[in-house]
Amino acid sequence: MSNSARFGNHDPDARDLPPAVIRMRNIFKIYGSGSAEVRALDGVDLTIREGEFVAIMGPSGSGKSTCMNMIGCLDVPSAGEYLFRGVNVGGLDRDELALLRRHFMGFIFQSFNLLPRVTALANVELPLIYDGVRRSERKARAREALRIVGLSGREPATPNQLSGGQQQRVAIARALVTEPPVLLADEPTGNLDTGMADSIMVQLAQIRAERGITIVMVTHEPDIARYADRVLYFVDGKLVKDGTPDEVLS
Amino acid sequence: MRWLDIFVMAFQAIVRNKLRSFLTTLGIIIGVGSVVAMVHLGQSATRSVTDEIASIGSNLLFVMPGTAQRGPGGVRTSAEPFDLEDVEAIAQEVPEVLVAPAITVNPTVVIGNANETIPVVGTDNNYFVVRNHGIAYGRAFDPDELNAGSAVCIIGTTLIDEMYLGQEPLGTTLRVGRTACRVIAVLEEKGQSMGQDRDKTILMPVKAVQRRLLGSLDVQTIFVSALIDGSTGRVQKDIESLLRQRRHITSPEDDDFYVRDTQDIANALASTTNTMTILLGAIAAVSLLVGGIGIMNIMLVSVTERTREIGIRLAIGARTRDVLTQFLVESIALSTLGGIIGLLLGIGGTWLVTSRLDMPFLLAPGVMLLGFFFSVAIGVIFGFFPARKAARLNPIDALRHE
Repeated sequence: MSNSARFGNHDPDARDLPPAVIRMRNIFKIYGSGSAEVRALDGVDLTIREGEFVAIMGPSGSGKSTCMNMIGCLDVPSAGEYLFRGVNVGGLDRDELALLRRHFMGFIFQSFNLLPRVTALANVELPLIYDGVRRSERKARAREALRIVGLSGREPATPNQLSGGQQQRVAIARALVTEPPVLLADEPTGNLDTGMADSIMVQLAQIRAERGITIVMVTHEPDIARYADRVLYFVDGKLVKDGTPDEVLS
Repeated sequence: MRWLDIFVMAFQAIVRNKLRSFLTTLGIIIGVGSVVAMVHLGQSATRSVTDEIASIGSNLLFVMPGTAQRGPGGVRTSAEPFDLEDVEAIAQEVPEVLVAPAITVNPTVVIGNANETIPVVGTDNNYFVVRNHGIAYGRAFDPDELNAGSAVCIIGTTLIDEMYLGQEPLGTTLRVGRTACRVIAVLEEKGQSMGQDRDKTILMPVKAVQRRLLGSLDVQTIFVSALIDGSTGRVQKDIESLLRQRRHITSPEDDDFYVRDTQDIANALASTTNTMTILLGAIAAVSLLVGGIGIMNIMLVSVTERTREIGIRLAIGARTRDVLTQFLVESIALSTLGGIIGLLLGIGGTWLVTSRLDMPFLLAPGVMLLGFFFSVAIGVIFGFFPARKAARLNPIDALRHE
């Protein structure tokens, strides 16, 4: 079965709205048991549609990062159903989840998570290596991705030779090089100063406008959340507010 | 994932940590190096032993009085010595043999101002053939000299070097014990054999040694050379039955003499060196095992240290088997690299030692191949556990690892 068929789009609700990319029903994530039980996610229902730019907010410990990890298939829920493009992710094994991440998701992390002591170009190439793309094509695509984020000429630099903003741009290039339909960003500006953060957000908004990809971003800064067109607000593992930034942040 | 990319990745990881990679492989280098060196040296030793036995004389049998087995307390039971009639009898009765008597005494030999204790062998002209030690120049004993036990002698080259100090010895007179003795010939140079200088010797007619040096008619050893290849077994039996008859022995258990085949001695020595080779090889193999554990240790440390890297790889779509192969290839590359270096060092060491000790330098492709594949196998075996540990990491836990 090809991946597009496997993770194809069968959304019953899709009438006038764009199809749902992410659909969670009654998701729980529970750590520990008995009196030590912690409900990181406590019955979350949410739907994110194609092309949306969603910010997930909430105080620390509210479950926003846990929710992000669930969406990114890096962690599995204790209970509940998660459909990614209509496919029940709960029924996939470890390697199928890896393939799903490889082909359909790009990740950006607060701490950049580039491989140390490896050049920017090699970092961007990495997802393509796992995809078995030929060397010459791989290099060309990685260069193009770095050009898009404005880092042409910095290909041979290693992460410790780059500023935080530049490192995050390399991470964005790495996330986009496989042209995934979904971009997941966990506090992408958390380690950057305001000016740098804004330029990264402008970049993300621009990429989204050009490619029409879905972006889900965790942040605790209202200024950053305003770049999104929808904000989900978590408290104590529950989704308590869902609306435009103005509605939620007012 | 393409294999080329996997290898490049492993190579980069190894190069990134040069010192650690080197220290990790050191165990394998030493292990493979010592196994290869031990086995090769053992082989060379065996070869040089068999070569030396061959140089003593091929198809040679020693006949000696006494019993081959030592009695209780290691005391050899006494037995009647041979005499020249026994020698004559063997030469007459046993077909297709050449027989030489030998009486060895160790008198003081005086040449000019130099004096030294030197083994003097009383024998006849058959000795040159039987012991495969011919005359370089000069003449053999003539029959009159042999019958009369004349005071003539044939000397080894060491005497020329050490006592004549390079002067021409032919025709000179040296003193053996209290006998003045004329030099009639010089033996071919033979060199060291079994830790003995075969050139440090003097040959005299057997009767001369019996009368002038020993004062008895005994013959200590009879050398018998079988003239037909592979007939030493038959010759040995013939000699045994002849001597039993002459010494009035009814049962082989009562033999008060023994016949030794040099081939048996060669085999015994070869099997001894073989045992030593196996033993040393086994010890070296243990060091190889220790080297493997070293690799496992470092790979485990490496997995822990690179947990975050593994998390990144898993997040961007590496499957279990991608991570497994990456770490496995890394450990195999390390151990194989160590194996190749060890192989080269082992061969180099063998060459050095054999050239110093004047032993033959033999290469054993089988051992080299075995050492190589063993190092690869160590990479697989000791790399698997750490690689599996890496591959099974939970992506989110790995990513959060500090």
